[in-house]
Amino acid sequence: MRLDTLRLDWELARRGYARYAAYPAATVAGVFVNTVFGFMRAYILLALFEQRDRIAGYDASATVTYVWLGQALIMSIYIFGWQDLALRIRSGDIAGDLIRPVHPLRASLAFDLGRALYHSIYRGLPPLLIGALVFRLVLPAGPLEWLAFAVSVLLAVVVSYAFRAIYNVVAFWTTDHRGAMFLGAIAVNLFSGFIVPVAFFPDWLAAIARATPFPSMVQLPIDIFIGRATGVEVLGILVVQLGWAVVLLFVAERLFAFGVRRLVVQGG
Amino acid sequence: MAELRQSLSLYRFLIAARVRAQLQYRTSFAIETVAAFLISFLDFVAILIIFSNVTQLGAWSVAEVALLYAVATLAFAFTDLVIGHLDGFPGLIRDGNFDLMLVRPKGTLFQVVTGDFQLRRLGRVAQALLVLAYALSALSIDWTPDRALVLALAVPSGVLIYGSVWVAVICVAFWTVEGREAANAFTYGGAFLAQYPINIFDRWLRTFLGYVVPMAFIAYFPALHVLGKTDPLGLPAVLQVASPAVALAAAFIASVVWRFAVRHYQSAGG
Repeated sequence: MRLDTLRLDWELARRGYARYAAYPAATVAGVFVNTVFGFMRAYILLALFEQRDRIAGYDASATVTYVWLGQALIMSIYIFGWQDLALRIRSGDIAGDLIRPVHPLRASLAFDLGRALYHSIYRGLPPLLIGALVFRLVLPAGPLEWLAFAVSVLLAVVVSYAFRAIYNVVAFWTTDHRGAMFLGAIAVNLFSGFIVPVAFFPDWLAAIARATPFPSMVQLPIDIFIGRATGVEVLGILVVQLGWAVVLLFVAERLFAFGVRRLVVQGG
Repeated sequence: MAELRQSLSLYRFLIAARVRAQLQYRTSFAIETVAAFLISFLDFVAILIIFSNVTQLGAWSVAEVALLYAVATLAFAFTDLVIGHLDGFPGLIRDGNFDLMLVRPKGTLFQVVTGDFQLRRLGRVAQALLVLAYALSALSIDWTPDRALVLALAVPSGVLIYGSVWVAVICVAFWTVEGREAANAFTYGGAFLAQYPINIFDRWLRTFLGYVVPMAFIAYFPALHVLGKTDPLGLPAVLQVASPAVALAAAFIASVVWRFAVRHYQSAGG
């Protein structure tokens, strides 16, 4: 790996961070919305514990922590859909990206990691802190667990980026990429465990979810945070996430290569 | 009266043009309608998953919650169909295009509302109707004329409440375009809250999003009356039939807020 390419990644990541940092009022508004939804989702899932003491190993405290972490991850992993790449393909701007000395997917991954850092700090921490003020949350046991959680979130962002890239490159084949984006976002919302923890699913649905990359985006990092996974299990989670990241990045790269072959951009 | 008739015929004319345009792209339309159906269905899947772990949620059974969900979603789906594009309204202000509306001979709100009409949102309506059919067949409701009337009025009242909230909160764009997303806490947040028995929410949230922003009147109170269910909150029974009155009050407040906001409009200089 050449040092100047890494330097370029770094610069792109900084731009990704800066682009979103430029709209502080949008951040405040977004935090407000994520927090209001956090309260509603917390009270809904807490109502289950009037009947049960534990559900699939979660007590009330772990469940509420789960909700607030899910709210904190919304923007980091862009759970409601992303179309930046598809719009560049559709408009033809992608032609400009193709003549640059770095692969467009790599450049946009670097940009996305910078964006995700901004969103993790400014869209992730505030709802989590507000949640922690009102509810008793479960915290990671020690510095090692915090570190593992941070690595897991980073991998979650990469997995989510690769999946988003896959449903975006559909734009090479159709001028209407929105259908693919909606279906992708629906799959992520359900199978990542965002709307309800995967552990709460009926067995058959949980089995389907666990066979997909989606729990790597939400459920698995949270399991590390709340200590549902410990010791070697944590390592296992990180390996699974890394595996999905590699597989999905490979698929995205192959699809992108196929798409570029049939790309026609008018004018110039 | 003649003015109202003229507005209605103009509305029909403008919307018909939008609908014809959308039907030109059949495949896109079909895919997006199915997507609208599925996105909406996701909320109900969450409810079903919850009930795979418990038999009651805040003293409500799955069929009873399905009724809440169906009424709330049906009302929201119609609202979304008619004025869902208000989410794009802050863009009009940012680009200075709101200026154009001020010089035309129709009301500004009328022009904003007729600005778009996304037929694909019928996917959400279809999904809500399916859940309503399930709820009504799973519940053995002891039908009386007043119960049928309360249920029939719940949906149009709900549309008026959601619509009023949407109009009132989108006015935030007259002061801050960048912070427009805050409106989502009331529109989509309110719609989410209304799908559940509001007695499961903590008192402050219930007060804020249930009564002040009157989301409890969308499904919760009408459903109590239709089901003949004792209010777990023990509130006065008159509230259970108050939704139409609350809806009219909400519409009045929304129109006052809108007029106040428009008077404070400062053009982007477009």
